[in-house]
Amino acid sequence: MANVERPLSPHLQVYRWPVTMASSILHRVTGVGLGLGTLVLTWWLVAAAAGPEYYAYVQMVLGSWLGRLILFGFTWALFYHLLNGIRHLAWDAGYGYSIPVANRSAWLAIVGSVVLAVLAWIVAYAWK
Amino acid sequence: MSNANKHMRSPLKSVRGLGSAKDGVQHWWIQRVTAVAMIPLVLIMLVCLLKLATGDHAVVVAAFRHPVFAIIALLAILAVFWHLKLGLQVVIEDYVHSEGLKMASLLGVTFAVFVVGGIAALSVLKLFLGV
Repeated sequence: MANVERPLSPHLQVYRWPVTMASSILHRVTGVGLGLGTLVLTWWLVAAAAGPEYYAYVQMVLGSWLGRLILFGFTWALFYHLLNGIRHLAWDAGYGYSIPVANRSAWLAIVGSVVLAVLAWIVAYAWK
Repeated sequence: MSNANKHMRSPLKSVRGLGSAKDGVQHWWIQRVTAVAMIPLVLIMLVCLLKLATGDHAVVVAAFRHPVFAIIALLAILAVFWHLKLGLQVVIEDYVHSEGLKMASLLGVTFAVFVVGGIAALSVLKLFLGV
């Protein structure tokens, strides 16, 4: 085995995080998170199909403060993955590769997803 | 004929154009197709679910009895779970390096996604048919 101390490429934690790095890992994290969210969605669909009693029970669980907090998290994740996914589709089409544009679109996806999630919940509460 | 084959590959490889993964751009392309499909489908479903979430059971049943809503829900389920399977597959292929564990996780994830997606679709069909 070679014992030469060769320089190693520094690992992720030594870099100042550019926003594009955060937006990239957030895409993957929200994607896996939304995968777990499909379990909640399917549970809700099963409850609706099962009948009024079980549906009322699931609505009560999801309507609790913890349930609402989790659902709000999924709402944000959905909007983030949607906005950043559109960013990916633009790249696939050949647009938006310059660093200033990529930085701006990363911030747009992050801030935009929070704004849209809050907006969606305001609409839901106002719509009752 | 003399310089036709300077490298050791048979021309068949170039003709097929499937690359080292042997399935070409199929995975990448379906991920994009389902992504584009989900933009309208998921947005419509989200708006409907925001409304339905505050109503009672009868309102939910009535919504799923409508064929347009039922088909949008089914198409959304198809796109979402297909996209999920492709996405989780990439995550596993990136982070699980032991061949046996990788194969087991890929099988597990594929089965899980089909089972959950199937239950979701069956629930929508049950509501639509009113059985």
